[in-house]
Amino acid sequence: MSILVNKNTKVIVQGFTGKEGTFHSEQCIAYGTKILGGVTPNKGGQIHLGLPVFNTVSEAVATTGATVSMIFVPPAFVGDAVMEAADAGIELAVIITEGAPVKDMMMAKAYAVKNNMKTLGPNCPGIITAQECKIGIMPGMIFKKGSVGLISKSGTLTYEGANQVCNVGYGISTAIGIGGDPIIGLSYIQLLKMFQEDSETEAIVMIGEIGGDLEIQAAKYIKENVTKPVVAFIAGQTAPKGKRMGHAGAIISGSAGTAAEKMEALEAAGVAVVKSPAEIGHKVKEVLSK
Amino acid sequence: MNIHEYQAKQIFAKYNVPVPKGKVAFSVDEAVANAKELGGNIWVVKAQIHAGGRGLGGGVKLAKSIDEVKQFATEILGMTLVTHQTGPEGKLVQKIYIEEGADIADELYLGVVLDRAKEMPVIMASTEGGMEIEKVANETPEKIVKVAVDPSIGFQGFHGRKLAFGLGLPKEQIGKFIKFAAALYRVYMDNDASLIEINPLVKTSAGDFIAIDGKMGFDDSALGRHPDIEAMRDVSEEDPAEMEAGKYGLSYVKLDGNVGCMVNGAGLAMGTMDTINYVGGTPANFLDVGGAASAKTVAKGFEIILRDPNVKSIFVNIFGGIVRCDRIANGILEATKLVNVSVPVIVRLDGTNAPEAAEILKNANIGNVIAATDLGDGAKKAVAAAKGE
Repeated sequence: MSILVNKNTKVIVQGFTGKEGTFHSEQCIAYGTKILGGVTPNKGGQIHLGLPVFNTVSEAVATTGATVSMIFVPPAFVGDAVMEAADAGIELAVIITEGAPVKDMMMAKAYAVKNNMKTLGPNCPGIITAQECKIGIMPGMIFKKGSVGLISKSGTLTYEGANQVCNVGYGISTAIGIGGDPIIGLSYIQLLKMFQEDSETEAIVMIGEIGGDLEIQAAKYIKENVTKPVVAFIAGQTAPKGKRMGHAGAIISGSAGTAAEKMEALEAAGVAVVKSPAEIGHKVKEVLSK
Repeated sequence: MNIHEYQAKQIFAKYNVPVPKGKVAFSVDEAVANAKELGGNIWVVKAQIHAGGRGLGGGVKLAKSIDEVKQFATEILGMTLVTHQTGPEGKLVQKIYIEEGADIADELYLGVVLDRAKEMPVIMASTEGGMEIEKVANETPEKIVKVAVDPSIGFQGFHGRKLAFGLGLPKEQIGKFIKFAAALYRVYMDNDASLIEINPLVKTSAGDFIAIDGKMGFDDSALGRHPDIEAMRDVSEEDPAEMEAGKYGLSYVKLDGNVGCMVNGAGLAMGTMDTINYVGGTPANFLDVGGAASAKTVAKGFEIILRDPNVKSIFVNIFGGIVRCDRIANGILEATKLVNVSVPVIVRLDGTNAPEAAEILKNANIGNVIAATDLGDGAKKAVAAAKGE
C-alpha cells in the first residue's frame, strides 16, 4: 500500500521530447516508473527514449491505458495541457512546470475538478512511492521504503525531510510535493486523509511555509480526523512581512499567513511542531518510538 | 509587479472605469502646466510611489490655486516619503500626479483579489472608504461585502446586486455601482492582475462613482503576454540588489542579520534562515540559487551577499537533488576564485555524491571554506563563525 501511485501505475509524459521532459523521464524510467509514452504535438508517430510519441493525450491514453500524466510543458501552455489531460480521462496530472500564470491554473484546476481529475502542483517536485514509482524530479535514491508519509510545499524541504527520516532509521511510504503557488491541486487535507487511511503509513511529516491558510485548515482537519502522529515544520519564521520569498504564494500579507500563526494552530491540533527543519528526523523518531 | 496610481488609472480609463482627469509630472514646471491644462480651480497633487498611506505621510495635498500647486509640487517632488508601507527608510518621490479635484459626498472601498481558498477572484466592497481595509476586516468585518466570481461564468448581474445591495446603496445608484464593479472585474481578468484596490472609491453628490485612487499588482508569471504592462515597470521602485539577482535567476531578499545564506529552493532557503535563528544567530538574507547552482550563479550569489557590510559568515546549504554534489562542490571552489570571499564560508552539501563532494572540499584545503555534515551542524558553524568563535 501507499497513496496515489505504485509500481503498477501507468504514466505518460506531456512535454515528453523537451529538454526537461527527456531528462526527467529517463530518470523516472530508471527508477522503475512505468512510463508508457508521451505527448508532443506535431511529433506523433516518433519514438523517443524507446517509447511512442503521440500528438494528443486522448490518443496516448487510448493506446497505453495510462491513468497519470507528468506535465513538463512550458508555463504559457500548461493550463491548456492540464485541461487536455482532464478531457482525455487522465485521473491524476502531476504538474512540474514552474511559472504558470495564476489565471490559467485557476481555469485549469476548475476544469480538472469538474472532470474528476486530481492534480498536483504546479511548480512542484512531484510524487514518489519509495522504491516503486517516481513521477517528478526528486532524487530517487534518498527515499528508502518505510512507513512515514510526507507532504511538502517546498521541493528541497521534501528532500531534506525524507533524508532525515531515512537517516534516523525509518523510511518513506509516499512523499508528495504540493507546490507553493497561489493555486495548487491536491493539498494537505486530501493527502492527510489518504495517509490516515493508508495501512502502510504510520506517521506523517507535513512541511508548510508562510502565506495563505492551507496549514491552518489542515490543523483543523488533523484535530478532528487524523489519529496518526504528525510532525510539522513551517518555513519562514524569520521572513519579513510583505516580501515574496521565492514561491509565488510565500508572502505574509497583513497579519495573515505568518509562520507563528500556523505553528500555533498545528500545536493546538496536537501536531509535534519543530522550529527548524534540522529537527524533523529526531522528532519523527520520537513520535514513532512512543 | 506593481504600478503607480497614474498608470492604474490609465488602465481603468480603457475599461470605462470612471477616473478624474489628471496628468503625471516630473518637475514643478510640468506640474503647473498640467494644472493649467486641466483647468478648474481645485487640484490634487499626489506623490507617485509604490506604497499606500501617502496622504498621512504628507504626499497628497489639495491645492486651491495655481500658486498652491507650485508650492505643493515643490514640497513633494524630491521628498522622502515615509508611510506604514515604505518602512522607516521611506521612498524618494520622483514623480507626482496632478488631478482635478473631485466632488466628494461619500467614500467607499472596492477591491479585487484572488481568494486562494475558493480559487477564484473575490470582489470586496465596503462603506468604510479611506480606511485601511485590513483594519476594517479586523474590527468591523460586517462592513465588508465579499463576492467570489467563478471565472467560468464571469461577472453576472447577481454578483453586482449582492455587492450594491450589501452596501445599502439607494436604488438610483445600484445600476451605476454594478456597472463600475463589472468593469473592474474585466480589468482584473484581462490584465492578469493579482490585486486591484480603489480606496477611496468616491461617490459624488450627483450619485456617480469615481476611482480617485488606484492600486494594481500583477501576476509576474503572466507578464510575458502583457508587454504594455511590462513597459510600465518602474525600476526605481525596485530594490537594485533584488533586481540584479533576478537577472541571474537568483531570488534575493536582504534582511538585517549577519549570517549570509545561499540555498537551493525557496522552502529550504527559508528553513535555513529559521535554523540560523534557532541556533542563536541572525540571517542576513534570503537567497535561492535555484536548481542549477553553477559556479557562475554561486559567484554572483557571493558577490551580492558580500555587498552587505553586516555579513560576517556565509552558509551555503545545497540539497543536491538530481544535480550531483561533486559538481556543485567544484562550482563553489571555482566561485571562490572568481570572487574574493573575505568571510568564512560554511558549506553543507547533501544528496547525490555527497561524500565525494566533501572529499573535494577537504582536499581543496582553502582556509575559509569549512565543510558541514548536515543542516543543523552547518547553521551552528556559520553562527559561531559570525560571532568570531
